[in-house]
Amino acid sequence: MTAVSQTATPPRATVQGDAVPMVSIRGVGKSFGTNEVLRDIDLTVNKSEVVCLIGPSGSGKSTLLRCINFLEVYDRGEIRIEGKLVGYSDETPRRRLSNRDLRSLRRNVGMVFQQFNLWPHMTALENVAEALVQVRGMDKAAAAAHARRMLDRVGLAAKADAYPARLSGGQQQRVAIARVIAMEPHLMLFDEPTSALDPELVGEVLQVMRDLAADGMTMVVVTHEMGFAANVADKVAFLDRGRIAAFGTPREVFHESTEPRVQQFLQTYHERNSF
Amino acid sequence: MKFSVIIDALPYLLGAAVTTIWVSLLGVLLGQVIGVIVCVARQSGGRAADMAGGVYVSFFRGVPLLIQLLLIYYMLPLIGIDVPPLVASIAALGLASGAYVSEIYRGALNAVPHGQSEAALALGFPGQSIWTRILLPQAFRISVPALVNELILLLKASSLISVVGVAELTRTSQTISASNYRPLEIYLAAGVIYLAINSALALFGTLVERRLQQA
Repeated sequence: MTAVSQTATPPRATVQGDAVPMVSIRGVGKSFGTNEVLRDIDLTVNKSEVVCLIGPSGSGKSTLLRCINFLEVYDRGEIRIEGKLVGYSDETPRRRLSNRDLRSLRRNVGMVFQQFNLWPHMTALENVAEALVQVRGMDKAAAAAHARRMLDRVGLAAKADAYPARLSGGQQQRVAIARVIAMEPHLMLFDEPTSALDPELVGEVLQVMRDLAADGMTMVVVTHEMGFAANVADKVAFLDRGRIAAFGTPREVFHESTEPRVQQFLQTYHERNSF
Repeated sequence: MKFSVIIDALPYLLGAAVTTIWVSLLGVLLGQVIGVIVCVARQSGGRAADMAGGVYVSFFRGVPLLIQLLLIYYMLPLIGIDVPPLVASIAALGLASGAYVSEIYRGALNAVPHGQSEAALALGFPGQSIWTRILLPQAFRISVPALVNELILLLKASSLISVVGVAELTRTSQTISASNYRPLEIYLAAGVIYLAINSALALFGTLVERRLQQA
């Protein structure tokens, strides 16, 4: 891997309060062999902002999202969450951290997956309670009570004792969201949360996400739901071939951008969704 | 054929069958423990652990159980460890079974989708909890049919421990038929008892599978 360019003065803990962005991505790059999947990405997500990552498949948006909690390793540049460097020790030359070292970071960053990834051998309630016991060290009764409240928040209190196989895709994804918000994360990452759902089940998941955004949750969302991006996002980043080709408010990206690739992408999207 | 011979021998045969069952169960339990440890070590313990596990598996899968049994029985006294036949037998069954079980679990773990551990990782689970709470319970479910199969094979293989003098079902049958000169009746009875035990095990396996499927 090529040498890493370090910023001369990384943000320090002495910077107070809201001045530290929730997520700060500077010059991030990643390669699989000779294939550069991310190139020189700069992106800032402030507290309580909703940022949507859109773009054609293979553009690197999921990879970028997965770099934020280091499920994917980035090679160049730096990602900071609340000022803290992700995945590497904050020194020169930097040293890659192990999964053990990453635990304290990850417990503040929730992730919702395209395939839900609920644990099939546990009920909805157990799925939500498990991390509270294993990661937060809560006792079982308190975890179950907290988990029940979270299921109630996503409208699934009645399904607490159901196993994932007995739930619809939309319900499974809402349980997965409850599992994450139970941990009271500072930041939530969504990796195409509605792409695996039947069209009629998309709405219930998006509604839960709207509620979260309204409650002030900081969210980074990889999505193909342009309506959600247009209505809920504070900022939209359009990725193409590993670069951010357009960035701004939904209005700026969807209506005012002159970037031909954005226009072409939206054109294709409209054609596909019209009948 | 004289069925009265079987009736007379039945109390002895059933007593021996009990020995067969509990020696096999202890062997299987030991095999489960060894199998899980070897499997987890090979997957997450680095290259040295993977190689050591590989050698273990290829030895205990590649050498006939009878030879393993005799090796354990005759070799350990040479290095000053005096093992009773029963202990040597259980150890041999457990070591052999562990090699197969570790491979069963390896296959089952590969069948657990990657997203399962990724979800736990993203939530900040300690590595150990990912194994004990997420991966192994699912691997166990997937491998129940193969594990029941392994249990049945092991129970039949336990007839081999007759050679070191443990009075289990096969050995007892030999002893009785040597004294009453009625091998056909006695071995027939022994065969039926093995069949009955294994049918019960297969039934038990089906029940466990059905129970786990409901979850």
